[in-house]
Amino acid sequence: MNLPARKLRRTQKPPLALHDRAMDDLRYIRETMERSGSFTHVSGLGVIAMGVIALAAAILAWGATDLWAWLGAWLGAAGLSFAAASFLMARKSRAEGIPLLTGPGRKFAWNVVPPLVVGAALTLACLELGATSLLPGSWLMLYGAAVVAAGSHSVRPVPLMGVLFMTVGMAALLAPPSWGDAFMAAGFGGLHLGFGFVIWRRHGG
Amino acid sequence: MAAERGAASARRAREGGEDQTGLSPVEGYPEGGALELDRVIHERVRLGIVSALAVNGSLTFTDLRALLGTTDGNLSAHARRLEDAGYVLCKKTFDGRTPRTEYRLTAVGRRELEAYLAHMEAIIHATREQPEGSE
Repeated sequence: MNLPARKLRRTQKPPLALHDRAMDDLRYIRETMERSGSFTHVSGLGVIAMGVIALAAAILAWGATDLWAWLGAWLGAAGLSFAAASFLMARKSRAEGIPLLTGPGRKFAWNVVPPLVVGAALTLACLELGATSLLPGSWLMLYGAAVVAAGSHSVRPVPLMGVLFMTVGMAALLAPPSWGDAFMAAGFGGLHLGFGFVIWRRHGG
Repeated sequence: MAAERGAASARRAREGGEDQTGLSPVEGYPEGGALELDRVIHERVRLGIVSALAVNGSLTFTDLRALLGTTDGNLSAHARRLEDAGYVLCKKTFDGRTPRTEYRLTAVGRRELEAYLAHMEAIIHATREQPEGSE
């Protein structure tokens, strides 16, 4: 049985001009390099959430009556911030259709972890020795170091934020111990809010 | 060793015609001139693989698939073509029981990408210099 001839639809697009194709290729190369080379899933909203949590923790820590309540406020805020930032980063990466732990994502994670482990060990040592006045400055500096190291695989505001954290941390170490909470609020609250807003505006999330 | 083999294959390819070579003259430009395109990386997925590997030491098959938004079969075929040309190196290992395929750009691949970028820039430059209505 002969089938009736099917009318062919013209599906081919008109050919691109050579110049346009070359421009398009260069754009594609640049975009692919940017997407694969930088970790762009740092969520602006996640960083803002970390700032809000830190400011709430600063209020709680300011009113804390003993060391454990103070420590509980800040460590609780750290845990909550980690959870919020991870959730929002995962959401951003899903929206972009790229798994969170691709090459640059893995590098980002590996760079964040060592300074944070050092921070945990130093916290234990300071508690043991009763040198708790060193904690705010050490936390800020080590978090800054983690952000600078990880930020080398991320968008530009991230390493800059790390440098400022280290600067605030240094100031906290040199300032009177009673100013510790103010520096923590300025760093973990203020810097996160400011940079979170910039990242959210420029890079989304 | 594999890179040398691949470089030789790419060289052979360049000396032959478009069918085996991977190279073809750009329309409107003299054959054998500076504006010949490397067909091995001119294709979009292969260009994406080479570009991504140029800024990363190595990337896994899964990373590349996610980054380029392509299928397993498609990526595999294009990666094989690049491997045969000596532009990328492929290393297969096991992460526990899970097979892991990792790709790296070879020196040949990096050089060819740079040459390709130079060709693209030359095309843009040449077409800009052409007086209007001369085509």
